[in-house]
Amino acid sequence: MDLLSIFIRAIFVENMALGFFLGMCTFIAISKKIDAALGLGIAVVVVLGITVPVNNLLYNYLLAPGALAWTGVEGSENWDLSFLGYLSYIGVIAAIVQIMEMFLDKFVPALYNALGVFLPLITVNCAILGASLLMVQRELGFSESVVFGLGSGVGWALAITALAGIREKLKYSDIPPGLRGLGITFITVGLMSLGFMSFGGMSV
Amino acid sequence: MDVKKTLFEPVVTNNPIALQILGICSALAVTTSLQVSLVMCVALTAVAAFSNLFVSMIRNFIPNSIRIIVQMTIIASLVIVVDQILKAYAYETSKQLSVFVGLIITNCIVMGRAEAFAMKNKPWPSFVDGIGNGLGYSVILIAVAVVRELFGAGTLMGYEILQTVNNGGWYVPNGMMLIAPSSFIVIGLLIWAIRIYDPQQVEEPEFKIAPNSKMKEAH
Repeated sequence: MDLLSIFIRAIFVENMALGFFLGMCTFIAISKKIDAALGLGIAVVVVLGITVPVNNLLYNYLLAPGALAWTGVEGSENWDLSFLGYLSYIGVIAAIVQIMEMFLDKFVPALYNALGVFLPLITVNCAILGASLLMVQRELGFSESVVFGLGSGVGWALAITALAGIREKLKYSDIPPGLRGLGITFITVGLMSLGFMSFGGMSV
Repeated sequence: MDVKKTLFEPVVTNNPIALQILGICSALAVTTSLQVSLVMCVALTAVAAFSNLFVSMIRNFIPNSIRIIVQMTIIASLVIVVDQILKAYAYETSKQLSVFVGLIITNCIVMGRAEAFAMKNKPWPSFVDGIGNGLGYSVILIAVAVVRELFGAGTLMGYEILQTVNNGGWYVPNGMMLIAPSSFIVIGLLIWAIRIYDPQQVEEPEFKIAPNSKMKEAH
């Protein structure tokens, strides 16, 4: 599969938030204001763009069945460490988020202040871990995983910004009391997701 | 310590999905069939209960600055155990759940309860709290799955309840129930129903609409 089509598919056809429901907790919780949603969206793009390729290297050179053959140890081509996957991916994600936080704080304070509290929150965002798991499941190569990570991030950012835009208008409307807030947000996301399904017919 | 209260409070009055907006990701994606949802419920309840138990046991030895990593490691190890058990004994179902078993690690219910409850309470209450929140999650998941499978395919647990037109019956399946967006709408309506039952959960409007000052313009 060529890279551009992976990118387009990850943004529109298989949108992380609206197609796979990943990162829903933060998606619903931090979409009341466009500014905050955009900040979180950018943070997700950056983190996904780094963690997915790193986890790809980790899987292909350490965890996959027979991946340790490069060490030259006898019998290592039969080793299968893939059951350690979950633990390693989440460790890598937590570590990278922590390193990125320190790096940004020291060298790019403006971006650090803009992202603020969202960076640590990202560790527990299912979209990040989900993208790594999907990458392993689809057996993507290294360059494909870079594109897949960035595309998924952009798609997620697009979805949360669009929802924030709708919710900013929604607070001026007259909604039945029981549906106010959370309930109407769910139904809105459902309709948005229905809209995104129309991209499914695209052949890319 | 009131075991009954800890156990049943999260089911309706303080439901993790409907009120606290935690752990929705998997609730939406796995609910197309009841059987898969049941497996997911059992897996999540087990992980929530045991992660609470273990975090609570070592809570006095965890340095505050690295507590998230410690909790994550405990949860991830439990999820690996659950995943291996599923692969061994329910391979088909584990294929259908695909990445969502792994995503229990980042399920906010598990993390949230470990952080908010288990870090402050003794092991036994924490274990009960984990089961209670797992049950609260299960109730919503099963309700959504019943609606989606029954109206989407006319079956429950794979057994035919409403005989569909294709099989010579009368029921025309609602295909929308099987596609992704319907789960959002079903949960939205479920939240509405819970809030009619318990009006205390209704959120205050951020913006009040002023009454029309001129009667003529209102119509």
